[in-house]
Amino acid sequence: MLNLLHTLSDTIFDVLPIVVIIFGFQFLVIRRQIPHLGRVLLGFVYVLLGLALFLDGLEIALFPIGKLMAQQLTDPVFIYGKIADVAMTLHWQDYMYVYLFAASIGFATTIAEPSLLAVAIKAQEVSGGAIGVWGLRIAVAIGVALGIALGTFRIVTGTPLHYYIMVGYIIVMLQTIFTPKTIIALAYDSGGVTTSTVTVPMVAALGLGLASTVPGRSPLLDGFGLIAFASLFPMITVMGYAQISHWRATRALKKSQ
Amino acid sequence: MKDSLLHFIHSLFESLRDLLPILLVIAFFQLVILQQPIPNLGELLYGSFLVVLGLTLFVQGLEMGLFPLGESMAYAFARKGSVLWLLAFAFALGFGTTIAEPALIAVAEEASKVAAAHGAIENSLQAMEAYADGLRYTVALSVGIALVIGVLRIVFGWAIQYLIIGGYFGVVVMTAFAPEEIIGIAYDSGGVTTSTITVPLVTALGVGLASSIKGRNPMTDGFGLIAFASLTPMMFVMGYGMVIG
Repeated sequence: MLNLLHTLSDTIFDVLPIVVIIFGFQFLVIRRQIPHLGRVLLGFVYVLLGLALFLDGLEIALFPIGKLMAQQLTDPVFIYGKIADVAMTLHWQDYMYVYLFAASIGFATTIAEPSLLAVAIKAQEVSGGAIGVWGLRIAVAIGVALGIALGTFRIVTGTPLHYYIMVGYIIVMLQTIFTPKTIIALAYDSGGVTTSTVTVPMVAALGLGLASTVPGRSPLLDGFGLIAFASLFPMITVMGYAQISHWRATRALKKSQ
Repeated sequence: MKDSLLHFIHSLFESLRDLLPILLVIAFFQLVILQQPIPNLGELLYGSFLVVLGLTLFVQGLEMGLFPLGESMAYAFARKGSVLWLLAFAFALGFGTTIAEPALIAVAEEASKVAAAHGAIENSLQAMEAYADGLRYTVALSVGIALVIGVLRIVFGWAIQYLIIGGYFGVVVMTAFAPEEIIGIAYDSGGVTTSTITVPLVTALGVGLASSIKGRNPMTDGFGLIAFASLTPMMFVMGYGMVIG
C-alpha cells in the first residue's frame, strides 16, 4: 500500500510538466473554458491512478520474475551445462531458447503496452474501422517479436548494430513506395509507441543478461540496441499488414466484378 | 448505474485478455523450459490484479480526459489561427514531457558510464553528471523540435515519407562519423522518449489538428508526430557524441 502511494506520487510528479504546460497555455493563450472540464479532470485522475496501479502491479508481479528468467535463460550453465570461458567457441544456435523467449516476451509485452492501445483506439476511430484495434496491435507485436529476437541474435554474434538498422531502413523505404498512402504516418508512429512502460524494462534485462554472460561481449557496448530493433521492425510489419489487407481487398473486388 | 458497472466489468475482462499473453509466456518458460516452480505465486496474482485494474482505469481515463483534452486544444489553436502559439505549445509539450522522463534519465546515466569508460570524458562523478544532464537536455530539445516539425507538416500538408526518409538518411550519414560507443545509445534513445501519457495526448493533438484544418485528412496527416519524436533524438544524440567526444 505504501509502495502504491510512492508510485502514485512518482506518476504525479512525472505528469506535472504536462499539466503545467496544458493549463498554462489554456489560461494564458487560449483563454477559453475547456469543454466538460469536470469530466476531463476526472479522466485525468483515472489515468494517473490507473498508471500507478499498472506500474506497481508490474513491479510486484512481472518484472522480478521476468528479470529472473532472463538471467536463467542467458546463464551459461543453462546453455552449455558448464561455466563459459572466453576460449571456448561460441555457436549462435546454442541460444535458441533465448531467441524464442525474446520473441514471445516481445510479442506479449507489446499486446499489454498502454500507449499502443491508445494509438490503436484512435486509429480505429479515425479510419472508420478499416484499421482494427487488434489488427494493428498484432501487427506491431509481431514486429517487436521479430525485432527483439534478431536483436538478441546480434548480441550473441557480436555483429555491428548499424548494419542491421541500415538494412531495416532500406526495407522501410522500399515498402513506403508500395504502401497505401493513408497508412504511412500510422506505420511510422507505431515504431515509437511500442517501447514504453512494459517492454523496455523486460527487454533491457534480457539484453544486459546476454551481454554480460556471452563470452567476449561487454554489457556497456553490446547491451544497447534492443530498443532500436523493437522500434524499427513494427514499421515494417504494419506496412506489411496494410499491404496484405489492401491486396486482399482489391482481389475481393476483382472477384466480385 | 447498472450499465456503467457492467461496462466496467467488461473492460476489466478486456484488460485481463491484454495481460494474458505475458502470463502464458512466463508460465511456459518457467515450467516447461526452465522446469522450475513459479516463485511467489501469491505476489504474481496480486500484482496481475493491480495491472488489470490499472489498465482498465487508464483506458477509461483516456477516453474521458486525455483524448478530449488533446482534441479540444487542437481545435482551439486552429480557431485562434496563430501558428506561432501552436508551435510554442508543441515545443513546450515535447521539451517538458521529455526532460522529466524516467526512462531517459536512466539511459543518460548509463551513457555517461560508457563515455567515461571510453575516455570521452573525465572519469569523475562530476564529469559524468554533467555529461548525463547535457544528454538529457539534448534529447528534450530534439523532441521539442520534432513536435514543431511534425505540427508544421500537418499545418502545411507536407508528405511525411520525404521528411522521415530524409531523416533516416541523415542518421545513416551521421553513424559513419559518430564515435562508436554512442551509436547504440543514440539508436535506443529514439525509443525511450515517448511516454505513456504523452503518446495519447500528442496523437489526439495531431488528429484534432488534421481534422480542423481544411484540406487535411486525419488519417494521412493526423498521425506521424510520434515518428518525428523518435527520429530526431537519434540525430541529436549522435551530434552530442561528436561534439563532446
